[in-house]
Amino acid sequence: MTETAALLISKELAEGIRRHGAETYPHECCGALLGRDGSLTQHHDAHADDGTPRREILALHPLVNRREDSPRNRFEVTPRDVIEAEKAANSQNLEVVGWYHSHPDHPARPSQYDRDHAWPWYSYMIVSVVNGEPREMTSWRLDDDRGEFSVEPIEIRQGAAV
Amino acid sequence: MAVKVMIPTPLRVYAGKRDSAEFPAETVGEALGRLTAQYSDLKKHLFTDEGKLRSFVNVYVNDEDIRYLAKENTPTKDGDVVSIIPSIAGGC
Repeated sequence: MTETAALLISKELAEGIRRHGAETYPHECCGALLGRDGSLTQHHDAHADDGTPRREILALHPLVNRREDSPRNRFEVTPRDVIEAEKAANSQNLEVVGWYHSHPDHPARPSQYDRDHAWPWYSYMIVSVVNGEPREMTSWRLDDDRGEFSVEPIEIRQGAAV
Repeated sequence: MAVKVMIPTPLRVYAGKRDSAEFPAETVGEALGRLTAQYSDLKKHLFTDEGKLRSFVNVYVNDEDIRYLAKENTPTKDGDVVSIIPSIAGGC
């Protein structure tokens, strides 16, 4: 696994993901992570004080899980949903930087299925929901060679969002 | 004029941060071939080892899904826009 810089997210938005997972339990929830990433923008928010590019989640865009045939263990975001999420991001001067989904009664670890369907560059956040209660939440980035998911540390920002 | 290929956000870091690239191309397959020839890191994320488009890679010519046209043999002409739109999927 390769080292990845921390993904920044506010406590409120992290709670929003956990809440969505609890609401849709026992089905998987899904949604888009909107924010800024220094690899694609010069925006000052997307860089640390020393100029290092970083990624911060600044809004969520909850979506409907389109896998009506198997929502307990599968989620899907259609191209139309992707376009809608990107429009929502652009309207807030943000980008879609990743996606979140829940694992009902499963650990917050990417499955083979997650890896087979993953895009590079995106952050994939997963929240484990056990008996309706959100538990651990993790984030992952697909390696450039598609071989593995690397852990993306999550840094929770305390306090009110600006 | 040429065919404009729109590059989705997750692939832009492999294409010099560009969100589009233009190539002369008579089919979708030729446009994607020129794209991956110029930006070789894109190839493995768009195509399987067998050279087929990955199932979660959706390609449109002027908003029409190529699956309902002639797939990669769909003809293209100057001024057409070829869009690559992700599907996102996963699960336990």
